[in-house]
Amino acid sequence: MRRLLTAGAAATVLVLGTTACSGTTKDNSSDTGGGGQTAAAADPNAPLKEGLKIAYLPKQLNNPYSDVETGGGKVAVGEIKGEYKLVGPNDASASSQVSYINTLIQQQQDVIVVAANDPNAVCPSLNQARAAKIKVITFDSDANKDCRDAFINQATTQGIGESLAKMALEQAGSAGGDIAILSATPNATNQNAWIDVMKKELAKPEYSKLKLVKTAYGNDDDQKSFQEAQGLLQSFPNLKVIVSPTTVGIAAASRYVSSSSYKGKVQITGLGLPNQMREYVKDGTVKEFALWNPADIGYLAAYAGAAMASGQITGAQGEKFKAGKLGDYTIGADGEIVLGPPTVFNAQNIDQFNF
Amino acid sequence: MSELRRRLASWDTAIIGLTVIVLFVASFSVDNFGTSRNFTFMVLDLLPIILVALPMTFIIVTGEIDLSVASILGLTSSLMGWFWNHGLTIESIIPLCIVIGAVAGLINGFLITGLGLPSLAVTIGTLALYRGLAFVVLGDGAVADFPFSYTNWVTGTIGGGPVPNVLILIVVLALIFGVILHATPYGRSLYAIGANAQAAHFSGIRVARTKFWLYVASGAVCGLVGVLWTLRYSSARADNGSGLELAVVAAVLLGGVSIFGGKGSLPGVLAGVVLLTALQNALRLEDVSGQALNIVTGVLLVLSVLLPNIVNGIRGSWQRRKVRQAAALEVR
Repeated sequence: MRRLLTAGAAATVLVLGTTACSGTTKDNSSDTGGGGQTAAAADPNAPLKEGLKIAYLPKQLNNPYSDVETGGGKVAVGEIKGEYKLVGPNDASASSQVSYINTLIQQQQDVIVVAANDPNAVCPSLNQARAAKIKVITFDSDANKDCRDAFINQATTQGIGESLAKMALEQAGSAGGDIAILSATPNATNQNAWIDVMKKELAKPEYSKLKLVKTAYGNDDDQKSFQEAQGLLQSFPNLKVIVSPTTVGIAAASRYVSSSSYKGKVQITGLGLPNQMREYVKDGTVKEFALWNPADIGYLAAYAGAAMASGQITGAQGEKFKAGKLGDYTIGADGEIVLGPPTVFNAQNIDQFNF
Repeated sequence: MSELRRRLASWDTAIIGLTVIVLFVASFSVDNFGTSRNFTFMVLDLLPIILVALPMTFIIVTGEIDLSVASILGLTSSLMGWFWNHGLTIESIIPLCIVIGAVAGLINGFLITGLGLPSLAVTIGTLALYRGLAFVVLGDGAVADFPFSYTNWVTGTIGGGPVPNVLILIVVLALIFGVILHATPYGRSLYAIGANAQAAHFSGIRVARTKFWLYVASGAVCGLVGVLWTLRYSSARADNGSGLELAVVAAVLLGGVSIFGGKGSLPGVLAGVVLLTALQNALRLEDVSGQALNIVTGVLLVLSVLLPNIVNGIRGSWQRRKVRQAAALEVR
């Protein structure tokens, strides 16, 4: 035991000794991890090449949401007569994607469309892919912007905030009235950003009849959200609309209202998943709610990748390209391509969506 | 002659042969398999498995197991990120992480040899414990801004050629572990412990102490692999390496080490690791899905446990029959 302690002490001294010496720390390391290829000039009139090999690498296979995204990609790759491929790990861990990226490099794909599990862990291999003349498009969750050519952004904060305000007004009707928000947690980054935009919208004259009485937090927990919805309706008898910018909150609030006497008197809207919301739309509790259409994300990614592999665009700000049925797109700052305003789901169109 | 025949018939020779065949066939039949870039990718993929498999072989040879290896890796990866965020130099973080790994192994070793608890139960416990601690340290976050010169060394090759830098590390460590296991009295004592711990004890081998240091060594190697993993993916995360313990145990068993202890060789284990990695790599290049890859790994593992038993069973009954025939002849 004494020998053990001596060894331990020696090791500690050794480590502390090296700590004292000067070395590379977070503050003095100059990170030059960039790389990739030098941008060639874009030729907007170049035709889309046929037979492009476009591979999709979602966060994880067999996830219903990403299945819809990549399904949209498959349609687009078919339209441009390319070769579609879908690969991916069974677990959404940070490093499991790297082996798949390496494989795609070996297979010399033309475009890799990837949803990064970790923005940095995939970086070295994505840059190897770009060095091998493969175009890298990210969707869903971006990789570090130094290691991809473009990012398909599903929606801007501004766009979602505006949609939320617009739907609230439509549901409250011409007379207006009290509205409340049922959000996720008090410090949820996305939700807070959307609510901020929504509040700015509500301050505009066209929204003057709407009065935001409270923002409640269901912590993205089904039961807590259910109770918070109940509480809102009890404390504000004149409430017209609950806006819930989170899929957990909107489903819980709808479930409460659909089984209570408030059904038909109070409207629920916000961001939700069609499969979770279908029954409430059908039974009339919910008239409309919104979310980006995941199939369009995959669809747009295929066209962006094909345009880039054909030399129409390079990923620089201001370049334009056509994305089939979705129309024209312009690349924004940092290679971001915004899908557009969220899709609104209602009784007429909800059966076309399965996710 | 009989020595040669025994050699040829042994499982580890068979697995080495199978590995060579798989590599050979894949180079010709799988597109892009035999390229130098793919070689680099494969070495990087097998790096964590092969390094952790070295001490794991020792431990399994003594009839014990260490399932906490991947969690120690995750813990050191987390701590590496935490230290880096708190301004320590990378030059001191790396040895510190190895020491922390050794301490984690030391706790395993104390619980198993000091308190005499079964290694399976202890290391399942510390598997959860160390992974939990890793999440306490770093939560769901990630630390990514490690110096490029270090991350680039781990993913880079010698002089930009086909040989990855980390291959040096693999060769050096494999040589050290191989010489200890197969060419020293200490190595032989491990087999003695695995074959019969009580007999080993009565022949003067310090069974508990030997096992204790194996766990410390395993922890230290996991600490090192935690560092390498973090640098390879430029990402310190609490969930790094989760599930690696299964890949390692699978490779060790596939390499011909008996789960009951006392049997196996390091060359066989190295072949087992290469075989698993090469198969996965080749199948992925052929666009076989992830689930199918898991099935292949699972089947190989079951076969590696099953086949030697069947072979031994057949050989045993054949020998018994010969003895019986000889006896019958004598009686007549």
